[in-house]
Amino acid sequence: MWGRVVALMRKELLAIWRDRRSRAVLIAPPIIQLVVFAHAATYNVDNVRYALVDEDRGQEATELAARFDGAPAFIRAATPAAMAEAAELLDRQEVAMILRIGQTFTADLKAGRPARLQVLLDGRRSNTAQAILGYAQAVVDTYNADRAAAAGREVHTVVVQRAWFNPNLESQWFILPGLAAILTLIAAMLVTCLSVARERELGTFDQLLVTPLRPFEILLGKVLPAFLIGLIEASVIVLVAVGWFGLPFHGSLAVLYLALTMFILAVVGVGLMISAVAQTQQQAILGAFLFIVPAVILSGFATPIANMPDALQVLTYANPIRYVLIVLRGLFLQDLPVSLLLHHLWPLVPIAAVTMTAAAWMFRRLQ
Amino acid sequence: MTARPDRRATSGARWRRLRALMRKEALQVVRDPSSIAIAFVLPLILLLLFGYGVSLDIRHLPVAIVIEDMTPDTRNLFESFSNSPYMRPVSMTTVRDADAALMRGDVNGIVVLRGDASRRHRGGSTVTAQVLVNGVDANTARFVGAYARGAAAVWLEQDLRRRGQAAAPGAVIEHRVWFNDEVRSTNFLVPGVVAIVMTLIGALLTALVVAREWERGTMEAMLVTPASMAELTLARLAVYFVLGMGGMTVSVTMGVFLFGVPLRGSFAALALVTAVFLLGALGLGLLISAFARNQFVAGQITIVVSYMPAFILSGFIFDIESMPRAAQWVTALIPARYFVACLQTLFLAGDVWSVVLPNTAVLGLFAALFLGLTALSTRRRLD
Repeated sequence: MWGRVVALMRKELLAIWRDRRSRAVLIAPPIIQLVVFAHAATYNVDNVRYALVDEDRGQEATELAARFDGAPAFIRAATPAAMAEAAELLDRQEVAMILRIGQTFTADLKAGRPARLQVLLDGRRSNTAQAILGYAQAVVDTYNADRAAAAGREVHTVVVQRAWFNPNLESQWFILPGLAAILTLIAAMLVTCLSVARERELGTFDQLLVTPLRPFEILLGKVLPAFLIGLIEASVIVLVAVGWFGLPFHGSLAVLYLALTMFILAVVGVGLMISAVAQTQQQAILGAFLFIVPAVILSGFATPIANMPDALQVLTYANPIRYVLIVLRGLFLQDLPVSLLLHHLWPLVPIAAVTMTAAAWMFRRLQ
Repeated sequence: MTARPDRRATSGARWRRLRALMRKEALQVVRDPSSIAIAFVLPLILLLLFGYGVSLDIRHLPVAIVIEDMTPDTRNLFESFSNSPYMRPVSMTTVRDADAALMRGDVNGIVVLRGDASRRHRGGSTVTAQVLVNGVDANTARFVGAYARGAAAVWLEQDLRRRGQAAAPGAVIEHRVWFNDEVRSTNFLVPGVVAIVMTLIGALLTALVVAREWERGTMEAMLVTPASMAELTLARLAVYFVLGMGGMTVSVTMGVFLFGVPLRGSFAALALVTAVFLLGALGLGLLISAFARNQFVAGQITIVVSYMPAFILSGFIFDIESMPRAAQWVTALIPARYFVACLQTLFLAGDVWSVVLPNTAVLGLFAALFLGLTALSTRRRLD
């Protein structure tokens, strides 16, 4: 039996490797996407261009503005004289923030009254706006603390913040494990759809059925090459993530490959199910697409699952990416103990079992 | 004088032919449900999925609160977290328990107030509150950190004031978020989602459908008719354009009525921007199908050049200005980027022509480029 399966595997791998375009599609896009997307997908907010409207022109206002200019996150892009002019800049998205220091700022500070200053933000980019507000608050907090210290007043209250696992809150570290999972998913999925749907459309699948190969062996012959390609793809991506991007890897290789194995098996199962239903390649591609798009959204890759409505959160439990993401992030960033990793990993086993069984069942019905 | 009626006759014949071709394309669309599904059902599903599934609004995020000495004073701190729609405080007795919960991922942050806090406060010495966040999800961590820091700082101040030791006021930030007062992430995400959905529809409609014609040989059959390649392309473009505008109508209606996103710009501006973008998207699809000529490669290229780049490089969720310079250059090549900028402005700010016009002009360039290249590549094939 194994001899026949190995022969089929060889044929599958050769069919993909011999075709220049399939070969190119498997190698180049994932690496390019990894490098470009990992650089682009950032929640960090840098180089905030802001406009200063200083209506006070007092010494304190100048001092505060200097603090903003000195902060690495802020770049002063304009110093309009009037608010209307600044509003125009914000409308045109030439600045992301307006800092307006009112007429009574210095006087209020001297008199010991709360001195108000306005921060106006662009809600068209509300996530960025919130991050900018945080930076502005930090600048003002330091300013207040320094003023209090200079006046010889004792500071009574201090809040200290520390971030675990990712001390500089680099969002690249958050995105990279996710990209590894998704790019692997796309490659493994496309390979599975490629092999079966094309054979069905060309009619060579029927020829396979009349060979001495039993259905189970055909299934294995289709699963193993896709699995192998997915695993190699994932390994290359992990190597690039660690070697090029300097992503810390703390966990055990055994757990990493256990997680990848279960994940890729689950995904290949879905791919086989789609290609068993699809009559043509077009349907197979649309089917793959209809799985990939929701699976990426409902995985916690870009936005946290906790923010979703409860009904959608329930759906995420069936999504293999959800689990592999937790495990990959745990391995890369958190150095989670193996017992905890296995706790997050186990749902992949029933998911893979279900998709593979369903695919096998649907394949038997094909004959 | 004799040439004139002739010319009129040819242009008349050409127009008749075009109408007949458009009728043929329209009938094909009506009879094959797949393009109707792509144009009307796909936006429905994608918008529901993205609209509800992609959210940066934090709600009921579990945070461990460790107050080692629970007194009525310190209980206030806990309550200031319970009253927040963003946080769900979980009381824990020791830092050790909280650490373990953070490790398991049960909580996203920890706020610690040491046992001697009340006593130190009364004695007038410095009190420190500690905020620990799980940094894996950097964006959420930043939000939790800022919120917890703010809440702890307010509590410490109030506690001080209750003891009659009011701290000296300093500079105070009053902030307003223009165009999106409640800072709903839905408001800025949904216009972006519409752009992504339209990118997908535009590319899928033409790429897959036309590649199929090449594969089945029906394209060659059309080429032997008197209709020229340009007429064929034009007829096809017109029909898919109508379908695409229909998809846009579905998306905008859902955005406004289901997700409650304000539409402050005019319909005319929205229609103009969409029309220009759609021409480019359909052109890209035609180009892909002319180049690939088989469905598999067409489908793969469509996925590779449309979905992931539109998701990550369009500014829909990740801020372009914060990307490294090289990545910003790459985003300049993504048409969705300009469409996202237009839609966000048209939905939330209104007809700000200084944003809309330059972006629409770039979209026009893309449309001209893709359609021109399609014309070139198909003409070359006829030789």
